[in-house]
Amino acid sequence: MTGEQIIFLLVAVSTLVFALRVVTTGNLVHAALWLIATLAGVAALFALLDAGFLAVVQVVVYIGAIAILFIFAVMLTRKEMRDRGPQMNPNWRFGALLSLVMFGGLYLLLQGWTGMEKTVSDIPSGFDAVSVLGDALTSPNGYVLPFEVASVLLVAALVGAVYVAFNRK
Amino acid sequence: MDFWKDPLKVAADWLMGIFTGWGMNEIAAQVLIGFLGVLVLLSLLMVLDIALVWVERKVVSRFQSRIGPNRVGPFGLIQPFADIIKLLIKEDTTPEGADRWVYNLAPILSMMSVLVLWAVVPLAPNILGVDLNVGALYIIATGAIGTLSIIMAGWSSNNKYSLIGAFREVAVMLSFEIPMLTVMLIPTIFASSMGIAAITNAQDTWFVFLSPLAAIIFLIAAIAELGRAPFDMGEAESELVSGYNIEYSGMKFGMFYAGELLHAFTYGGFWAILFFGGYRFFGLEQVSPFLAIAVVMFKALIGYWVIMWIKYTVLRIRIDHMLGFNWRFLTPVAFVLLMVTAFMNALLADAPNWLYISGMFLSNVLVAWISLETARHYSRRERERVEEVKKTVEAHH
Repeated sequence: MTGEQIIFLLVAVSTLVFALRVVTTGNLVHAALWLIATLAGVAALFALLDAGFLAVVQVVVYIGAIAILFIFAVMLTRKEMRDRGPQMNPNWRFGALLSLVMFGGLYLLLQGWTGMEKTVSDIPSGFDAVSVLGDALTSPNGYVLPFEVASVLLVAALVGAVYVAFNRK
Repeated sequence: MDFWKDPLKVAADWLMGIFTGWGMNEIAAQVLIGFLGVLVLLSLLMVLDIALVWVERKVVSRFQSRIGPNRVGPFGLIQPFADIIKLLIKEDTTPEGADRWVYNLAPILSMMSVLVLWAVVPLAPNILGVDLNVGALYIIATGAIGTLSIIMAGWSSNNKYSLIGAFREVAVMLSFEIPMLTVMLIPTIFASSMGIAAITNAQDTWFVFLSPLAAIIFLIAAIAELGRAPFDMGEAESELVSGYNIEYSGMKFGMFYAGELLHAFTYGGFWAILFFGGYRFFGLEQVSPFLAIAVVMFKALIGYWVIMWIKYTVLRIRIDHMLGFNWRFLTPVAFVLLMVTAFMNALLADAPNWLYISGMFLSNVLVAWISLETARHYSRRERERVEEVKKTVEAHH
């Protein structure tokens, strides 16, 4: 086993454990904090894959914005901030079955995939992933159309949020 | 002398020789040397932090016409060490009903969010932790950890004042992150890279001359991000006692305090690096890496001094004014400035250097003038409206 594999296994296992804690802990704020740990684990996986930009964006967007807003929402909507309701929904059997089927399906699919045995080819020195990504997102031959559509969608969501929250006098 | 040209590499090679001489394999030795490098940097930062306590207290007292610490040691230089001993031997209290794990983790995260920033700080042409190609984003990402530590501290203390303080502080931090990230994209445009080292290298002309408005917006957003006066609503002593860290005592409080000081110094440093050329000073950085470090530290201290100067001069702003100032003024101005800069950059791409610099500078002045005029117009209308309401109310009586 190489060092990279050991680090990967450590990060992956702890990410899974944190993710499990998100759904098993009874305290909502704790669940949000475990979620942050999980997201940090995913960011570490991105960093291990040499995707520095994605790792940093993962931290900025998911931990810095979304998870903090989760905590805010929990704190502003729960009276005691310590929710002790039932954790299981009546549909949990169905949910468990569905996730088991999903896992089995993915497992079967990946059985026939040859990518597992491939080793990573080295990134040539001087290769700037960020500028390649930027070019791909803005060049007409790349993904400029989906990128712009997504931007318009986000702007529409922003305008909608302002409209809903707007206080008419 | 090779050591005076590239001290890091020489030291690393020397250590490598020793470790492999002991029969350690090369990869393990490399990892160990990396760890040692981090340890040395962090220890130096912590020592610097102790010095900053003294600097801050001395500067405040000068601003307030006092002398400041002057009893322990010459000029009170030993005072911070006495403070640290006091903090260490103080009883470490945990409030009843506190969430122990979260409560104890928060000060560590607070300090960590500052220390990890130094991974991307270029101290000299070849002395820096990592040359991340997304350095500017990385700064914002570590800010997210700081925000997290504050909300964890506020919530886990099981105290209403600390929770209110944390809410206010986080609201300010989340909103001022947006103009900060936006103006950080302006040096990115000039340097056509997000890497902090590349931004430093590109500053043949300091970026503050290209975009003074961006430098000002960055400073304002940085002060707000630090939660220092005039944006210290989160710790407002007069109403919340101390905000999110009210329940902490001893060294745990010390971690928050030291973290804040080092954070202020670090943002002063980033201000210097992004807009004032970092370690560059008329070719001085080429002479010796140690001179380069001295230059960047000196510039960071000047940035820190400006932050202190503002802190002890300006009064606290009300929270709705603070957030209104951000969302209605600073954020739109930052967005417009970013668009104008990107447009001018494309327009002047082939222009000679003097035209590029003056074009950028003039477009900045224009954006600043228009936004100030608009703000003045709005506030005058608002004042007139308030006067109108007052008059009607008086007429009714």
